[in-house]
Amino acid sequence: MTSLSSGTPARAEAQATGALGRAVVEVRGLRMNYGTTEVLRGVDLTVRRGEVVALLGPNGAGKTTTIEILEGFRRRSDGEVSVLGTDPDRGDERWRARLGVVLQSWRDHARWRVRELVDHFGRFYAPYSEEGRTRPADTDRLLEVLGLTEHAGKRVEDLSGGQRRRVDVALGVVGRPELLFLDEPTAGLDPRARRDFHELIHRLVDEEDTTVLLTTHDLDEAEKLADRILILAGGRIVADGSAEQLTALVERESEVAWTVDGARHLHTTGSPARHVAELYRVHGDAVANLRVTRPSLEEVYLDMVRHHESGAAERAAAEFGKEIR
Amino acid sequence: MNTKADAVRAGLSRGLIEIKASLSNPAELLSGYLLMPAIFITIVFLLGDGEGEAGATAGSFVMVGGITMLLVMLGTATVTQVLGSEREDGTLLRARCVPDGMVGYAVAKTAHLAGMAALCLALMIVPGLLLVDGFALRGAVEVFTLLWVCALSLLALAPIGAITGALMSNPRIAVSVSMMPGIALVLSSGVMIPLEIMPDWVQAAVKVFPVYWSGVGLQSALMPAEYAAAELGGAWQLTRAAGVLALWAVAGFAVAQRVLRRAARHTSGSRVQEAREKAMKRGY
Repeated sequence: MTSLSSGTPARAEAQATGALGRAVVEVRGLRMNYGTTEVLRGVDLTVRRGEVVALLGPNGAGKTTTIEILEGFRRRSDGEVSVLGTDPDRGDERWRARLGVVLQSWRDHARWRVRELVDHFGRFYAPYSEEGRTRPADTDRLLEVLGLTEHAGKRVEDLSGGQRRRVDVALGVVGRPELLFLDEPTAGLDPRARRDFHELIHRLVDEEDTTVLLTTHDLDEAEKLADRILILAGGRIVADGSAEQLTALVERESEVAWTVDGARHLHTTGSPARHVAELYRVHGDAVANLRVTRPSLEEVYLDMVRHHESGAAERAAAEFGKEIR
Repeated sequence: MNTKADAVRAGLSRGLIEIKASLSNPAELLSGYLLMPAIFITIVFLLGDGEGEAGATAGSFVMVGGITMLLVMLGTATVTQVLGSEREDGTLLRARCVPDGMVGYAVAKTAHLAGMAALCLALMIVPGLLLVDGFALRGAVEVFTLLWVCALSLLALAPIGAITGALMSNPRIAVSVSMMPGIALVLSSGVMIPLEIMPDWVQAAVKVFPVYWSGVGLQSALMPAEYAAAELGGAWQLTRAAGVLALWAVAGFAVAQRVLRRAARHTSGSRVQEAREKAMKRGY
């Protein structure tokens, strides 16, 4: 594997020692209104150095708005925001040089050649090297890590969707960022390109000491990519934890289904084991086709998304919050 | 270390890459560089029955009209088109994502426009000098006049194109919006059609705008000496031309800077996405 740096990955260190890294992103009471529409109603979140954090939520929940505020591309209505120790509204070029940005959809520079493009944007970072972080990354090595070496001479417009997305990532990390924002990184990619992309992000994070904040509307992607998942719904963060933690938090009652003498039965209960024991005590071997289902995080999440999309955003968020705590 | 120097150099190389790309695209080469010279030299030959001095004057008048037209198209339509479409497709936003990216972008666009203008003008002027009677650069003074008139005209016109490109959300409509007044001015400012046949108020009004003065400067540089002496009134007119063009340039840049800053601030990923969806719905 080609490494871009020789620095010790803070992520591995933090995971080994269990110590919390310093906060790279801190958001308190973030609010955003468009006219009379409140998109964000008091978002609190923290991202620590070396973490990969996914901001998960249905379409229209305000994920992109949040990330654009953090990137310094949008002015917030209210709240405190600090990104790498700086308020994004007042971030200067030196601050910008420490960030990497991969936005949702790009179709720019269609006629540029891949290597030419990556090299061009790398040049802007040259005056912003820091100790232990020489900027920019070497173009050819970066292309190699991203599997783009064989496409280096191709025009961007001739690339496949997955290759194009890797070019976007190359441009996002060519300045060797301390913090990388990825907005819906795999939207529109086929499953294989998607898996390759996930591997790629893991490699970059492990080798480059880069903290990542990504948005996605796909729980599966969040589980695969992130150390920690923040669920954004109804303009607030309604859940925060690793996939395992979130799963454990789901308290919805389990479903017990069975048939006795050909008749099907269904019962919802908080203590399925006791119910099953009771069934056997009463019916003995007449119980057939027994099935106990505990709703997964995914089902709870999808329910929330369905409610959200049917317009009851706030109610959906509140219910989800109840179920998960 | 000066961080801006890297951005300026990166911008210059971007300008060069973009010019090369436009030259290697046959459609763009034809419509952007070769079409206008071909049209105007053809017009000269179609009109070209007039013998002697009158013919020479007519031929060079048409060529100068062509050059003025070219400057107007470059300064308004081309600038609007490039800026509008790059705002829409995310190029401008990409520049915002890197440190000093906007410095690099501005340098690149200036270099791109200057380089493209130099090429276009050469393609128009050199064949004209070889093929059209009376169209000539008589000496070093005229060469100098030609250079500063072209440069100052572009400086006066480009901010207008930039402002339109930055303000209009649909780049394709913006191009026509910025081109229309330019063409109207070319037609009414005595560079294509003699000014004498225009109503008095038009004759007075066009002197406020840059196109008339570009025409005056180019005519004095490229038309036969007798015409220049009779019609243009010598050095005084050139000084006024320089003054009016410079004034437009300064005022234009002041406004354009503010408008462009605003446009750049207001560009973000979701807005680029919106623009893309709108464009797809419209189908153009």
